[in-house]
Amino acid sequence: MSMEKKSEISIVLSGAAGQGIQAVEHILTRVAKDSGFHVFATKEYMSRVRGGNNSTEIRISAQPVKAYVDRIDILVPLNDNAIERLRHRITEETVILGATRYVGKEKNSIGLMLEEIAESFGNKIYENSVAIGVLSGIINANEDAVINNIKAYFSKKSDEVVKANVNAALKGYEIGKSLGLKFEITPSDEVKKQHLLNGSEAVAKGAIASGCNFISSYPMSPATTVFTELSRLSKQYGILVDQAEDEIAAANMAIAAWYAGARAMVSTSGGGFALMTEAISLSGMIETPIVVHLGQRPGPATGLPTRTEQGDLNLVLYAGHGDFPRIIYAPGNLCEAYELSAKAFNIADKYQIPVFILTDEYFLDSFYNVEDMPEMKVERYVVKTDENYKRYLLTEDGISPRGIPGYGKGLVRVDSDEHDENGHITESAEVRKNMVQKRLRKMEKIVQDAVPPKLFGSEDYKYLIITWGSTQLIVKEALETLGRKDVAMLHFSQVYPVPTIAKEYFDKAEKIIFLEQNATGQFANLIKLTFDNVDTKNRILKYNGFVFSVEEVIEAISKEVE
Amino acid sequence: MSNTFEPKIYDIPDADVAWCPGCGNFGIINELKTALAQLELDPTQVVLVSGIGQAAKMPQYVRANMFNGLHGRSLPAAVAIKMVNPNLVVIAESGDGCTYGEGGNHFIHTIRKNPDITNIVHDNQIYGLTKGQASPTTARGQVTTLQFDGVIVDPFNPIAVAVALDASFVARSFSGNLQLTVELIKMAIKHKGYALIDILQPCVTFNKVNTYQWYRENTYLLPDSYDPTDRQAAFKIATDTSKLALGVIYMNPNKPVFEEQLAPYQIDKTPVALRGLE
Repeated sequence: MSMEKKSEISIVLSGAAGQGIQAVEHILTRVAKDSGFHVFATKEYMSRVRGGNNSTEIRISAQPVKAYVDRIDILVPLNDNAIERLRHRITEETVILGATRYVGKEKNSIGLMLEEIAESFGNKIYENSVAIGVLSGIINANEDAVINNIKAYFSKKSDEVVKANVNAALKGYEIGKSLGLKFEITPSDEVKKQHLLNGSEAVAKGAIASGCNFISSYPMSPATTVFTELSRLSKQYGILVDQAEDEIAAANMAIAAWYAGARAMVSTSGGGFALMTEAISLSGMIETPIVVHLGQRPGPATGLPTRTEQGDLNLVLYAGHGDFPRIIYAPGNLCEAYELSAKAFNIADKYQIPVFILTDEYFLDSFYNVEDMPEMKVERYVVKTDENYKRYLLTEDGISPRGIPGYGKGLVRVDSDEHDENGHITESAEVRKNMVQKRLRKMEKIVQDAVPPKLFGSEDYKYLIITWGSTQLIVKEALETLGRKDVAMLHFSQVYPVPTIAKEYFDKAEKIIFLEQNATGQFANLIKLTFDNVDTKNRILKYNGFVFSVEEVIEAISKEVE
Repeated sequence: MSNTFEPKIYDIPDADVAWCPGCGNFGIINELKTALAQLELDPTQVVLVSGIGQAAKMPQYVRANMFNGLHGRSLPAAVAIKMVNPNLVVIAESGDGCTYGEGGNHFIHTIRKNPDITNIVHDNQIYGLTKGQASPTTARGQVTTLQFDGVIVDPFNPIAVAVALDASFVARSFSGNLQLTVELIKMAIKHKGYALIDILQPCVTFNKVNTYQWYRENTYLLPDSYDPTDRQAAFKIATDTSKLALGVIYMNPNKPVFEEQLAPYQIDKTPVALRGLE
């Protein structure tokens, strides 16, 4: 095995559910971060609680790393068929390292007596700690970081168990260092101060920063993690949490919670959101906000429950009967997820409409080290009512001051029927027309509030790659590796309404290429509908349930740009 | 009784009421306003939450806060409002179709949660707004505008289900009995926890079986000696449909109230709605 010293490593752990992949990932990524290395991790897993075959990729580097690559520098098999499943990603350069019984007679393999070493410290279940130690030694991690993170992970166990695991890890660490693998990653003090954050946490924490104090949801992969995070923090931040009987209840509750004065959200996936569509229409009619986090997974129907896709743009775009405004955000990185999640609450409150945060399994389950998130302001638009309060006062910009029951002397009356300014049911053709126009009039200001798309790469591009949502950092790394001045990416973190400024970017390009994680190019179709004379026929689409890799994007773009 | 709390303070003077002449809803609206007045509840402190249907139009005609949501969804909305502002008196009011049919799942799980809300169900055993189809409580065999040869499934028994789920307050009334209904609504509002009042109510247009006279002949008032905390007795009464008992059928006053157990109210009782407001 010939290897120059590399400043970056891609480690892949592969095994069955319940075999400790998660523990190794959890501890090793923290060890790396605390050692001052940039870290990225993402997992792919089967829809089952035990067995099957799952894998986690951990990238550790002297430079920021924030995207999935196919390349494997070190593969750690944790069961018999771990290697076969990843055969297509194994190259001449891949080192296969692990327990002798799983490594077998592979080329470039390093078999270790992990189980036996673990047993020498009292129990073979300490095997994972040995493995963590070996990997930590290979990357030359800080020894204290290894000890502290092992201790922290086992803090609820007895002192004896903690000590045994630490010693097992240190033995592994020694072995790892002695293997002579050529990785040299320069640590950075700055990284040590940073935090590891995943997509779910970014969405949840952004919501909290914006005063989210109510969540009602029904568990569904991959969106449950946002729900869990808000539940975990409910005492600390005063959040009302309800696991509703179904998504229909969850969404109706969130809207009623806003009506009563909360800042509420739901977290769901496509199938769950399908049940919420009646409530989205209610939000449109009664002009009461709702924030929806939708973590996409491949459909139709149950589809691939634990895989990734960007296939629900059309669903959120058209959900709900009748005409009413809405906004859809699709963050491309963790900072955007935090900011847009926070913004969603402010904007929903301001315009009294449904606002969506569209993520996906890959985005929610991936994490990397981040700096402190920016300060977000809670912008609350609730007014104190007087006796003459009219909930649906006709105004120039279509926004009627929103009161809440029990705050002021007025009555707050909302009605899912068409209604007059007092919220009273009506069939007057004139009132109907005025109210439809009032609701849609809000769009004028909403468009002005749009989050503009972000250009990555040179302004003097010939080729423009269009992305939205979670593919941002994958394509960014691909373009950096490609290193061509004539290829740039335009990323949309607000997909609807499509920011009008986008047209200027489109007009400057000689060739526009849409890259989407779905089968039909849903965003390309939306652009076609939005603008005249934008060529949307070039599309790079992937829909097998697995995320685009950097290498795959490089290859696909190379074909398009010649 | 102070003058400020007469039933008419809940009137909406120019309301164009959509109920048929003689509809049982007229009795219930009068009973509700009377109960609210007797409890001296300011309209700004009351939220009427409803779904869709003729019964669900009730909040349109009552001067109080109103959340007229979607068909079947009065209960989730009411639960959320109570969670966000426990100071409000929250009354979910809808018909038998809305509450027991479209909203059946919510009915079950709201009882399990036991929020401090009142659930008034106008039970006329028929669909009114959609013109006369069977409701979940229509009797087997009854001919309707859709079931030409009569209904072929057994009716839903809301009282028995509520008792089975150990609902904290279960009552049945008849819209034609003003005094009883007012009393039960007052008790339900004052009760700490979920309170169901199933109010039997004639639909003069579409239900020619369950008329005022039918209800008078087929109901009876529970005697004073009846102990509503006896669950076995309650279940027996609930499942005996040969004659329908009126009054408080079951009570379990010892159940924890849903919203009081939620994280934000562990230390600070200020409604989440009002936090951060002057």
